[in-house]
Amino acid sequence: MNHSANPRRPAQTRRSPEPIFWALFGAGGMLSALIAPMLVLITGIAVPLGLLLPADAMSYHNMLALAQNPLGKAILLAVVALFFWHAAHRIFHSLHDLGIDAGNGARLIFYGAAFLATLAAAGALLLLGF
Amino acid sequence: MSTNEKTIEIEVLRYRPEQDAAPFPQTYVVPYSDDMSVLQGLQYIKDQLDGTLSFRWSCRQAICGSCGVMIDGIPKLSCKSFLRDYAGKGRVRVEALANFPIERDLVIVMDSFVEKLESIKPYIIPKEPRPLSAGEYLQTPAQLDAYAQYSSCINCLLCYAACPQVGLSPDFVGPAALALLFRYNSDSRDGGAAQRMPVVGAESGAFHCTAVGYCSEVCPKGVDPASAVNQAKGASVREYFMGFLGKGGGK
Amino acid sequence: MSASDPRPAAPRAAPALPGVAGNPRRPYVRPMAGWWLRNPYFVRYMAREGTAVFVAAYALILLVGLVRLAQGEAAWNGWLEALRSPLSTILHLVFLAVFVFHTVTWFEVLPKTMPPLLVGGKRVAQSAITAGAIAVAAAASLALFGIVWGLTR
Repeated sequence: MNHSANPRRPAQTRRSPEPIFWALFGAGGMLSALIAPMLVLITGIAVPLGLLLPADAMSYHNMLALAQNPLGKAILLAVVALFFWHAAHRIFHSLHDLGIDAGNGARLIFYGAAFLATLAAAGALLLLGF
Repeated sequence: MSTNEKTIEIEVLRYRPEQDAAPFPQTYVVPYSDDMSVLQGLQYIKDQLDGTLSFRWSCRQAICGSCGVMIDGIPKLSCKSFLRDYAGKGRVRVEALANFPIERDLVIVMDSFVEKLESIKPYIIPKEPRPLSAGEYLQTPAQLDAYAQYSSCINCLLCYAACPQVGLSPDFVGPAALALLFRYNSDSRDGGAAQRMPVVGAESGAFHCTAVGYCSEVCPKGVDPASAVNQAKGASVREYFMGFLGKGGGK
Repeated sequence: MSASDPRPAAPRAAPALPGVAGNPRRPYVRPMAGWWLRNPYFVRYMAREGTAVFVAAYALILLVGLVRLAQGEAAWNGWLEALRSPLSTILHLVFLAVFVFHTVTWFEVLPKTMPPLLVGGKRVAQSAITAGAIAVAAAASLALFGIVWGLTR
């Protein structure tokens, strides 16, 4: 039942690393709560089906222009990275909720995945140039 | 008792450590009237049917915090819950508060809570020594309002029974203790926030909370521990990123 | 307590082990397995937490899109084509429903995470904060749609 990652010292005296992850979780949760439904509607339904928005709204040239614009870059990186950090934190805690003893190994897997996704998104955006 | 008296079945989760390997349900048929609380039903059992039944109670008026139990699976004060509200089904289930070890029948082991309560220093720590001659502290209504709701806690532990994180991680400081921590940190007379914030930021601290929110739903005193715990998290995040400045707690 | 108190001393609050001589205490710890099925409130909580899996899946689709975009026009068009498949449309409809639930539940928690909001010296009800935040999300979504519509028509 003891979930503690480090059994050497009692949990009451070890500082939790959670503030960093909780802040990223909160930022991603807030951003997704504000715009994720509309973003899905645009990228996954309206544009692919040509409803409400023109079917070529996400053409290569439009998206290249968005991804090469500094503000566009920042928005794309924020959406992808923060959504990942939000999800990683929640899923990590859900493992604990389901009774799976999720210690530092699980932390490494989930936060590591979010970190790699952030790197991949940043790398793609850098490759796309300015 | 007269023959036309109404009755209800009270199913109690019994546990007698000296003879039972595990808890088991035992049902009693109890005559009741519309003004009878679940606690009075338990008292009827103890006085008239089975003197071996153990449960805690004291004030019978929702202020001592002793009589918390699970009633049909929901943490409630048994003195503030009425048998008439369960009459429709003809039976009501009573069990010791969830997330605590059972000492006997409806009595829980609450030592861990007392330790957690002590750890948050639940008393005003003055900012500087203050002689009696300096007179009383003065507070504006707004300063009082910053903590008043959290000071209504009666330590009944319903919020602990409502919190899955307490059950999953027995180390977790938990809702009531963190609400009281936040209550003192939010008090304009208090200067002890720096001593209390390490409890919030520890591995056993506020970040165990996943904002389930059920603690605030079951609180019989309107304390809203979920809001205190999550505001304490925010304070801990600010403190974390600002370094150990010794500033924390709500303002 | 008087010295002549005939009651035996209370046992020290140590976790007694079964069979320890002289100590009849044997606290019983109930299992947690399946805890979230015991109360509809917890079922809703787990559904709320479960939205994260869908957020991760959508973020992964977007990340793949970014990588495909960086790989050039043909790769990007392949990604766009995949989005037009019926399976993708169904998946995104599921995302849409789940994300609306995420928005509502996120803003239900919001008032618990902030200091009381005072208007005219009175606390704004938590339900009003939730409703206001959902209205802000709706406005932000409309603004986002308006920007995309304005830029692409």
